[in-house]
Amino acid sequence: MSDVIRRDPRTERILRNRLHPLHESLAGGPVRGPTGLLRRNPHAVGFIGPNGLKRIDRSSTGPAPSGRDLRRSATTHSEEPALPLHRVEQPDFYVAAVLDMAGGRLTSHDRDILGQAQQLARSGGGQGAVVAIVLGEAREAGFDTAGADRLIQVTHCDGQALDDYCPERKLAVLQAVEDQLGPRFWLFPDSVHGGADLGARLAVRLGERPAVHAWQVTETETLCRGGSGRIDIRRHTPRVLLLAEECALPVDDSRHQALPIQLDEYPDVRVCIHDQGLVPVDPSQIPLAEAEFILSAGNGVRDWDQFHEVATALGATEGASRVAVDDGFMPRFRQIGATGTWVTARVYVAVGISGAVQHLQGIGRCEKVVAINLDDGCDMVRRADLGAIGDSSEILAELLALAREHRGGKDTDATVPETLEVA
Amino acid sequence: MPVETSLNIAVLVSVGQHPVSGRARRADQDARAVELGLTLAGRSLSLVHVGDAGEPALRQYLGMGLRTMTVLQEAPEADAASSLLQYFATHPADIVLAGVQAERGEASGLLPYLLAERLGWPLVPRIAQIRAIENGRAEVLQALPRGQRRALTVPLPFIATVDSAAPGARQTAFGPGQRGLFDIQRGLAQADVARAEWVEAQARPRPKRLNVVKAKSAAERFKAATAKPQGQGGQVMKQESSREKAQAIFDLLVAEGVIRQ
Ligand SMILES: Cc1cc2nc3c(=O)[nH]c(=O)nc-3n(C[C@H](O)[C@H](O)[C@H](O)COP(=O)(O)OP(=O)(O)OC[C@H]3O[C@@H](n4cnc5c(N)ncnc54)[C@H](O)[C@@H]3O)c2cc1C
Repeated sequence: MSDVIRRDPRTERILRNRLHPLHESLAGGPVRGPTGLLRRNPHAVGFIGPNGLKRIDRSSTGPAPSGRDLRRSATTHSEEPALPLHRVEQPDFYVAAVLDMAGGRLTSHDRDILGQAQQLARSGGGQGAVVAIVLGEAREAGFDTAGADRLIQVTHCDGQALDDYCPERKLAVLQAVEDQLGPRFWLFPDSVHGGADLGARLAVRLGERPAVHAWQVTETETLCRGGSGRIDIRRHTPRVLLLAEECALPVDDSRHQALPIQLDEYPDVRVCIHDQGLVPVDPSQIPLAEAEFILSAGNGVRDWDQFHEVATALGATEGASRVAVDDGFMPRFRQIGATGTWVTARVYVAVGISGAVQHLQGIGRCEKVVAINLDDGCDMVRRADLGAIGDSSEILAELLALAREHRGGKDTDATVPETLEVA
Repeated sequence: MPVETSLNIAVLVSVGQHPVSGRARRADQDARAVELGLTLAGRSLSLVHVGDAGEPALRQYLGMGLRTMTVLQEAPEADAASSLLQYFATHPADIVLAGVQAERGEASGLLPYLLAERLGWPLVPRIAQIRAIENGRAEVLQALPRGQRRALTVPLPFIATVDSAAPGARQTAFGPGQRGLFDIQRGLAQADVARAEWVEAQARPRPKRLNVVKAKSAAERFKAATAKPQGQGGQVMKQESSREKAQAIFDLLVAEGVIRQ
């Protein structure tokens, strides 16, 4: 059907005339004005109360009493989860997006890359398909809403898991993708999580000159930020792109197929770099702003020695609310919030913190929040993904016992792991 | 780390740029690479720069305690990778260190990758420390985001880029820097043709991403603008025993992978 709004003068006349015999039957549904705007009939809002007076319920929470309103809200609610499905059956070309998947989930940077990939797949003639490439284990279920038409997920290559640092093996997988699909563009996040490293390796292997720190990309032209962020370079869009954060808007209004693709065979790899695993780092030396796991104390902590013990046993970096700092229990540089540090931890455990706005601002970018608090109605518990209601020292004592059991079960002889001093 | 003089260690250095004033200086990551090289090889460390020996900022590297620096004299538009490739063909090295990316120009950080690919050496990005070199293998510490470190072993010869998490560079002394000598070699690089077509301009501020609220009614918009950030309603444990609550928290920590071993 065409999108052009056509006026129907007869219907309009009937709709204007409430005494017309056909008015009732026509005025039922939504009414469009001459410009196509939805018109609301103010007389039809509300309902007649028991004492014969007209009542209008303006709170959007309460049960909508008017029959017409009820119908409208019911339809919007059922529409929301079912985003339109974007189908690509026979793609003319592919756009490959290699994702970081830090912590096994799509990062916001990954979503931007997929948004950019969708833009490139839809421009420039023909219908392209975005191939999301995930190397290693993933715990993500939302590839379809993030914009992946196809999905290549490789967890093992050469009988080795790809979770460790193994750029040579990952490069072999990407070369296999290149041989099999020959993507028109290769997109990488220009990030410290491995995207920039892998992108540079692939570009050099393919003999392409990549665009690095690219932040505005169209089919033909790319804008890159140069050294120290002082210059912009405008250049022709190459095949390999290392994209900066927020290069494009993430996909949020469509679903995609995310059909899995199997790779046939991988080229041989010569592995030189061997991963010896993570070195335990003293968590108290990690800067608060970049710590991954923070155990934070507030006014509800009673036993401070116990709190420090738990932080050491769990290997968490310590944080504090302003009250804990003002009372002298924690140093000032541990304060989290509006006047302290804005943290980016993946897991944030708040012990006895009420969740004042000034504090919640500071943890706005944390992914998982756990609250231990006496008060189940406080804002921190409402913000939290897991709230444990109870006395802080009791729960911390149990947590300490669990952490010790866990460590004791794994390695009995190593009592205190050797940790590394970070400058 | 004992000083090992039998090793041939070369550091690639560039001219940096002060982030505020824009003045030429020693590049921060390159200086850290020199520092790392000095702890490994002492004064037998060799420095290599492609460009103009007349640049005064280069003397800041010499002021860190080195007597000479090799300069492959090239025009600004030359391709540094081809020049270095010819240099390393005649001057073998065991370890080549460089910064992660330059502080001026394109700053793509691609040069070490190009060298590694063409020389056929492994490349280790973003190292913070070289812990030991034994039997032709080096054990290096790689800097990861969030202050983490990973141990890697790699056979010699290899190329490594040095992260900003590596130990800070020592101070540079002006006098010794001025007395240092340049070993100038005429480079034979090709011109970088692709770069000639690019248009460079002063960086313009990137637009901030707006928080678009997809609200359908005025009430929803109002709520989105005023409400405190809230989770999607997490699980709340009230009646369970302390043990069960602690277990739930612990399970979450393990599932998120923040408790290791
Ligand atoms: C200009 C300004 C800037 C500010 N900046 C910051 C900032 O940057 N960072 C910051 O944190 N604050 C900041 N604040 C202070 C902020 O408003 C709050 O006062 C503060 O965050 C409250 O800290 P709290 O949650 O630890 O203490 P409280 O609000 O006293 O909360 C204590 C919580 O612990 C619970 N509790 C008590 N006993 C126990 C127990 N035995 N077991 C378990 N739970 C228990 C209570 O139920 C309560 O929820 C700022 C304030 C102002 C005016």
